[in-house]
Amino acid sequence: MKAGIIVFPGSNCDSDAMHVCQQVMGWDTDYIWHAENQFARKYDLILIPGGFSYGDYLRSGAIARFANIMSAVADHAKGGGYVLGICNGFQILTEANLLPGALLRNNHLQFRCEQVWLKVENADSPFTCAAQEGQLIQVPIAHMDGNYFADKETLEQLQENNQILLRYVDETGLLTAAANPNGAIHNIAGICNEAGNVCGMMPHPERAAEHILGSADGRIIFESILQHWGER
Amino acid sequence: MFTARIYVTLKEGVLDPQGGAVMNSLHTLGYQSVKDVRVGKYLVVSVQASSQEQAEKQVNEMCAKLLANPVIEDYKFEFVGE
Repeated sequence: MKAGIIVFPGSNCDSDAMHVCQQVMGWDTDYIWHAENQFARKYDLILIPGGFSYGDYLRSGAIARFANIMSAVADHAKGGGYVLGICNGFQILTEANLLPGALLRNNHLQFRCEQVWLKVENADSPFTCAAQEGQLIQVPIAHMDGNYFADKETLEQLQENNQILLRYVDETGLLTAAANPNGAIHNIAGICNEAGNVCGMMPHPERAAEHILGSADGRIIFESILQHWGER
Repeated sequence: MFTARIYVTLKEGVLDPQGGAVMNSLHTLGYQSVKDVRVGKYLVVSVQASSQEQAEKQVNEMCAKLLANPVIEDYKFEFVGE
């Protein structure tokens, strides 16, 4: 398994992602600088990490979306390669039209950094296939613009195609307003594209992949990618 | 040189928590007459172009590609001066 982690000016979860891919999962992993025009070699997974690319100027992800490397990322996605965007990575993928919808400012205007519970809504995707449908995982969030928004038509498509992978729930698995940390429509925490190979999520599975960090639940996302890659 | 004043605003129906916070603050100040506040962005972009029509075409493209996100935002602009 070969993974590439895109690094933008202002990315700050790239080392965490590298640690999990390389040390925890044992993958052959490279950093890829945003100014490159193409990948130096072929990757199975491209990971777009969290942070504040380009200072989040204009809109979160808006400027990163036009970085040189993004056309290579789009080609990789078009070719069926896995793309995982975490937090700012999710914002970048929506800005790049690789995922539908947009991430708005949190409805309470606060930056939230806390553990949340997530329910795996669809355990059939490359990013969740190692989990059980309905499984609850505890993973941290850390964001200001995580309020997922999509128009009615897009939401219907997401539902119909089972593109909603993760939702914010309480610890008993109930979908409540109190368990929603940012106002995201229908408590949506993570989605995939129609083909299923591009995924974006606001929570940080790379910060919860080892027990020493308080939760190893996030590892299931990486285990899923590995399992799907092995099976296909 | 053409100078465009560009206004980027959240689409109608898209929740604007900043606008809501500003409205609450105005209410606290006693301005109960305020019924809605929407916060947006204002950009001033100077463009070299042979005609206003050319400049307009360019600014339209800039807005659609980068300055506004069509999923959540609308934009409009006007030119000032020469």
